[in-house]
Amino acid sequence: MSAPHDMSVAELSAALQARQLSSVEVTRAFLERVTRHQADLNAFISITAEAALVEAAQADARLRAKDAGPLTGVPIAHKDIFCTRGEKTTCGSRMLANFVSPYDATVVERLRAAGVVMLGKTNMDEFAMGSSNETSFFGPVKNPWDVARVPGGSSGGSAAAVAARLTPAATATDTGGSIRQPAALCGVTGLKPTYGRVSRFGMVAFASSLDQGGLITRSAEDAALLLGAMAGFDERDSTSVELPVPDYNGVLGQPIKGLKIGVLKEFFDKGLDPEIEQHIRAALDLLRSQGAVIKDVSLPNLPLSVPTYYVVAPAECSSNLARFDGVRYGHRCDNPRDLLDLYQRSRGEGFGAEVKRRIMTGTYVLSAGYYDAFYLKAQRVRQLISNDFERAFHEVDVVIGPTTPTTAFELGAKTSDPVTMYLNDIYTIGANLAGLPAISLPCGLSHGLPTAMQIIGPHFGEERLLNVAHRYQLESDWHRRVPPGFA
Amino acid sequence: MEWETVIGLEIHAQLATQSKIFSGSATAYGAPANAQANLVDLAYPGVLPVLNAEAVRMAVKFGLAINARVMRRSIFARKNYFYPDLPKGYQISQYELPIVCGGAVDIVLDDGTVKRIDVTRAHLEEDAGKSLHEGIAGLTGVDLNRAGTPLIEIVSEPEMRSAREAIAYMKKIHTLVRYLEICDGNMQEGSFRCDANVSVRARGAEKLGTRAEIKNLNSFRFVEKAINYEVARQIELLEGGGQVVQETRLYDADRAETRSMRSKEEANDYRYFPDPDLLPVEIDQLYIDTVCASLPELPDQKAQRLRQDFALSAYDAGVLTSSAELADYFETVLEKAASIPDIVISPKLAANTIMGELAGLLNRDGIEISGSRVAPAALTKLLARVADGTISGKMAKDVLEAMWEEGTDADAIIEARGWRQITDDSAIAAAIDAVMAANPSQLAQYRSGKDKLFGFFVGQAMKATQGKANPARLNELLKKKLSG
Repeated sequence: MSAPHDMSVAELSAALQARQLSSVEVTRAFLERVTRHQADLNAFISITAEAALVEAAQADARLRAKDAGPLTGVPIAHKDIFCTRGEKTTCGSRMLANFVSPYDATVVERLRAAGVVMLGKTNMDEFAMGSSNETSFFGPVKNPWDVARVPGGSSGGSAAAVAARLTPAATATDTGGSIRQPAALCGVTGLKPTYGRVSRFGMVAFASSLDQGGLITRSAEDAALLLGAMAGFDERDSTSVELPVPDYNGVLGQPIKGLKIGVLKEFFDKGLDPEIEQHIRAALDLLRSQGAVIKDVSLPNLPLSVPTYYVVAPAECSSNLARFDGVRYGHRCDNPRDLLDLYQRSRGEGFGAEVKRRIMTGTYVLSAGYYDAFYLKAQRVRQLISNDFERAFHEVDVVIGPTTPTTAFELGAKTSDPVTMYLNDIYTIGANLAGLPAISLPCGLSHGLPTAMQIIGPHFGEERLLNVAHRYQLESDWHRRVPPGFA
Repeated sequence: MEWETVIGLEIHAQLATQSKIFSGSATAYGAPANAQANLVDLAYPGVLPVLNAEAVRMAVKFGLAINARVMRRSIFARKNYFYPDLPKGYQISQYELPIVCGGAVDIVLDDGTVKRIDVTRAHLEEDAGKSLHEGIAGLTGVDLNRAGTPLIEIVSEPEMRSAREAIAYMKKIHTLVRYLEICDGNMQEGSFRCDANVSVRARGAEKLGTRAEIKNLNSFRFVEKAINYEVARQIELLEGGGQVVQETRLYDADRAETRSMRSKEEANDYRYFPDPDLLPVEIDQLYIDTVCASLPELPDQKAQRLRQDFALSAYDAGVLTSSAELADYFETVLEKAASIPDIVISPKLAANTIMGELAGLLNRDGIEISGSRVAPAALTKLLARVADGTISGKMAKDVLEAMWEEGTDADAIIEARGWRQITDDSAIAAAIDAVMAANPSQLAQYRSGKDKLFGFFVGQAMKATQGKANPARLNELLKKKLSG
């Protein structure tokens, strides 16, 4: 049997059920790796070793008593944007550096109920605003494939931790690509479900109409296992959708013969690394060999994604982050002179530069006299982009394109120019604006760095996405590659 | 120059739901600070609002009651501003698409004419918390018990032309929301309050004058005083060659004046936008029909019915229907009366007693009609004694007061105190004779044409019978005897 850290969620689940391994053993093994690599990767903000071992012991008791589900005793990590009762939830910000949540997010609660063990909370861009993990108050995460490079963001900690085998899987969130982009740069699998599929309750809000919780895993199979436990209607989130949760795992392995795959014309325009394009074309060939039908599709409004997103997301964030005012919780400045001083210094000190930039942008686009020109117009374009996708899904079952224009870039390379940084999400934002499910899969290595493809499906098409991804992963081994030094 | 006052009101009525509009916290008044604030009310990171369906039902009820359009689709929006009693940094309200559009209510003016006041819109929103400045030296406390309490804001057209009209409108809405049981109407606790937009213009002018908005008026008296003060202030300003500036003003009840709070320039840019955490409120015809079927008889309908059934004046019907409980009381009294054989109690007598003597006692002791110490059945018995001539109307007042104080019934009091009316003509005649004999000079004056002295003799004769003489008989006999 392989070492626990080499095992997928599915393999761990089997070993735990068969009592070949105990949850305490598995948890210890991962905690050891988490601790060992904290200094070089900085993937975690909190390591909750003590609580993890208690949970693992409880899981073992249930496993012994045959009172266990498939996920009982499997360790995972949560992005530090999910509220976890009794543990710090910092959202990567000084503002919440000492915030201990009194409650569990629905995602955390459901996974806890399914028996998973929480190893800790992963590092992230501050309030999920960033594409490189460099905006975290707790310092940047390093990419395990090359520690001089970024892991992507905002779920950089989750992606790096999964890539480096510090955890079998991690939760993550995606507002404009924050699951898929770091998954791509770290060579792991990242699933952003349909907006409304996973409850947002207890997920610190960035842009409410775009935020969606999801997963970073080693494989589509693992994502399917975990999504089943996380997803579903939650009466505490009005935007969660009241639809039954399918057995995601049960559908895996179905043939893809006749599946119509659309190749997104606009995604293969200039700006895409030719080697990434080459890898995606190879992946498409593989899927064609499995019986899929490949055709080109065009989404003419998709190139407007980035400017549209950078109006809508900051607008919502400017309002969502107003609650961090130093009054009830979170950072409060020393000796405020009066109310205004309390607000200005608490927020001025508590938020980092990128968060401030977005609050300012959002405040501006919602202001009297600018609302129509920016916010309203962006909402109209958003609708057009949605319509484009809808039209495309009349013709094809899924669409495929790159996740990112380049492989992982060097730390500091883009921090001075926010717009260049924002363009990293050029291929991922569309799915958020349209609320669609999307998955990023590793599909090659370029100069030792992972490349990735993205599959986007229609609303609530997670089963289809996972099946295609799984089919690809059955026929390829890119998702099994381990960064040198982390085997 | 002659000035015309223009007033529009924004009434905030707290909806009588058990829990808050977007959280499960209780809404009861008077709990210890922050005892009714949960994580949603405290705006903890990650929490989300969930709409209370009961608040929607109440708003729909209101819309139907004023013949407004209940919108099939309405949207919650965020009104963004910073304040410690506003934990999210925004208030969830409705902006572009409110739940209720249009509608109107009729008010009765002082001269008895009816005026229709149009309602622009009514929307759902959450209340803010409260800042506490007392008892915490040098600090400000925040109590979030009220944060998230559901409100319906009812915005009128600027169609009122005096403080009296504004009061009549506000009272009408007050009556209506209590009939509908969507608001307890308690103004002291802030459950029903208003902002008044006041401006003046030269009579005949079409263009509205610049308005001032007077915030947070929580009594009818304050509304009247604040508006009158504000109108006088604006007229004085304009007549002195000045200009009214658009601003928000505060009414200071202690000084009975309005004071500037903030000017238009200082006003917040609220950056309204649709709240992405909440879905649009979708309402279908079946829902509207169901709510419509649940509507009680409304004040205007009830008043109309009382006028028809009991031949009451518009004024009496209006007063009696000012609350559903009062109207019920009146109707119960008459219902009981109908079951007493051979005695006819006139509705007018019942109305007068309830609106006069009983209302006086209720007011004196600060008791609502529902808590009246004289139950309708007991009042019916009292009125029966007036109707059958046992006691006079004047004596009834004393009997009622005794009933109120002692809790015994009318007959027992009449019996115990011997307050039976004297209807025996010979006894009354004897008393009159004695009075005439004792006042020869007044008698002479009367007979020489000083008619006014009639009242003097009535008084003396009443006194002689300890007030028990039947007034009608006394009048008749006295007239006969005085004229010789």
